[in-house]
Amino acid sequence: MSLAFREAVRAFRRAPVLSALSVTTIAFSLFAFALFGLVAVNLRAALQQVEDRVEIRAFVAAGTAPEAIAAAVGDVASFPEAADVRLVTETEALERARRELGEFEGVFEAGILPASIEVKLKPGLRDPATVREVARRLEGYDFVDDVRFGEEWVEKLHRLRTIATAAGLALGFTFALVAVIIIGSTIRMAVLARSREIQIMRLVGATDGFIRAPFLIEGFLKGLLGGLLALALTWIAFRLLGRYVLQAEFFAPAYIAVGIVAGSLIGLLGSSVSVGRHLKRV
Amino acid sequence: MIRFTHVTKQYPRGGPALENVSFHLNRGEFAFLTGPSGAGKSTILKLIHVAERPTSGEVRVDGRSSVTLTPHDIPKLRRRLGVIFQDFRLLEDRTAEQNVAFALEVTGTPAAAIGPKVARVLTQVGLASKTTALPHELSGGEQQRVAIARALVNDPLALLADEPTGNLDERASRGIFQLLRDINASGTAVLMATHDLALVRTAQFRTIELNRGAVVYDSAADARPRTPT
Repeated sequence: MSLAFREAVRAFRRAPVLSALSVTTIAFSLFAFALFGLVAVNLRAALQQVEDRVEIRAFVAAGTAPEAIAAAVGDVASFPEAADVRLVTETEALERARRELGEFEGVFEAGILPASIEVKLKPGLRDPATVREVARRLEGYDFVDDVRFGEEWVEKLHRLRTIATAAGLALGFTFALVAVIIIGSTIRMAVLARSREIQIMRLVGATDGFIRAPFLIEGFLKGLLGGLLALALTWIAFRLLGRYVLQAEFFAPAYIAVGIVAGSLIGLLGSSVSVGRHLKRV
Repeated sequence: MIRFTHVTKQYPRGGPALENVSFHLNRGEFAFLTGPSGAGKSTILKLIHVAERPTSGEVRVDGRSSVTLTPHDIPKLRRRLGVIFQDFRLLEDRTAEQNVAFALEVTGTPAAAIGPKVARVLTQVGLASKTTALPHELSGGEQQRVAIARALVNDPLALLADEPTGNLDERASRGIFQLLRDINASGTAVLMATHDLALVRTAQFRTIELNRGAVVYDSAADARPRTPT
């Protein structure tokens, strides 16, 4: 193992420009993917924030007995879709309206705004069909006058989310594929550049496993270094974006770890495949 | 020790490289493989060190048969053979001693044993004073000596030489040939493919002549004196 490691390090030292080029190519492929990922993560967070506001309001008829409303609130809270159910009394509704309107607060008189039951749905259950279904169930209560949930808005949001998810998956897959192809070719070039060495190793009786080991270490190290460099580039881009364009969210530590492990694995697998093919050929 | 029995080798593209070749090389023997380009000399050497497999027939080397040889056995077999080529095949970024040590390292020789073995074999090939030279700092003849040292360092049963003097001037060629004779004298079999008919004529060793993939003359089988063409 120590010899394999030494050989891998020797390969870096012997062709520093080619090695640096491989690492940089890997880094930029991953960087492009990471930038896309950053956009995707932030877009998702933004959509999530908007979606959190999806809410169904059931307006209660004046004069309804508080016990009936309380019973209904308990009932609605047990809906599998419901995340949060709260009762807004007439007084609270008035206070809220006055607070929101500021200098025009005087336009509202007591008793003008009805009490309501506000229902927030669980994440993943905020699609138009579910929202409509919960609204229909709320309409079923005798004391409910009207149910509002901004139907058009919910539908637009859902469409936007569907498009963003589909585009994200397609682009993400394409970026990842391009990264894998570029990294694979880079590693393959590095292996080809050392075909003579492979030939000599075989000639003197090295086993295939022995020949493979330094290349795997080299590929892994290149992937790891490329991944770390891509992370640094992404962090710089993120900071610049934060300073000059908009405040965004960075990757969670788990995503960073997955990215770096993926980079290393692509390097490792790329090397394994390239050397394997080469060993079959020579 | 090396036995070809009705060996035919057909490359996927191109005609047969060898057709029904049979011969036997004994332990400690020296033999020339001669014949024009494309006659099949290199193919014979490749079949011996398993860079190729026969299409039919059997190649037996040190008791191992090409028919039953598994991929796992190939490296072990190669460690019993030394191979040298016209183009030396040295690693350009390593010194003479590192090139030789490489053959020991890849076969898992303990580190402590590598230094003395490398020094011994480089002395044997006459390069004791140039152990730290890089290949490009050495003459063609010296580079071939490094390649021979690398081939010898694992104490092979046989040394396979594919046109070892093809890139060398006459003086260097004579030196390399003498070295191969010395190696043979110490008990290692040598099978040398060559175009150098003058060398073959003067050396009086066994000669196996090939033409279009077939053995057309073997001095061991045919007692009649014959001048190779």
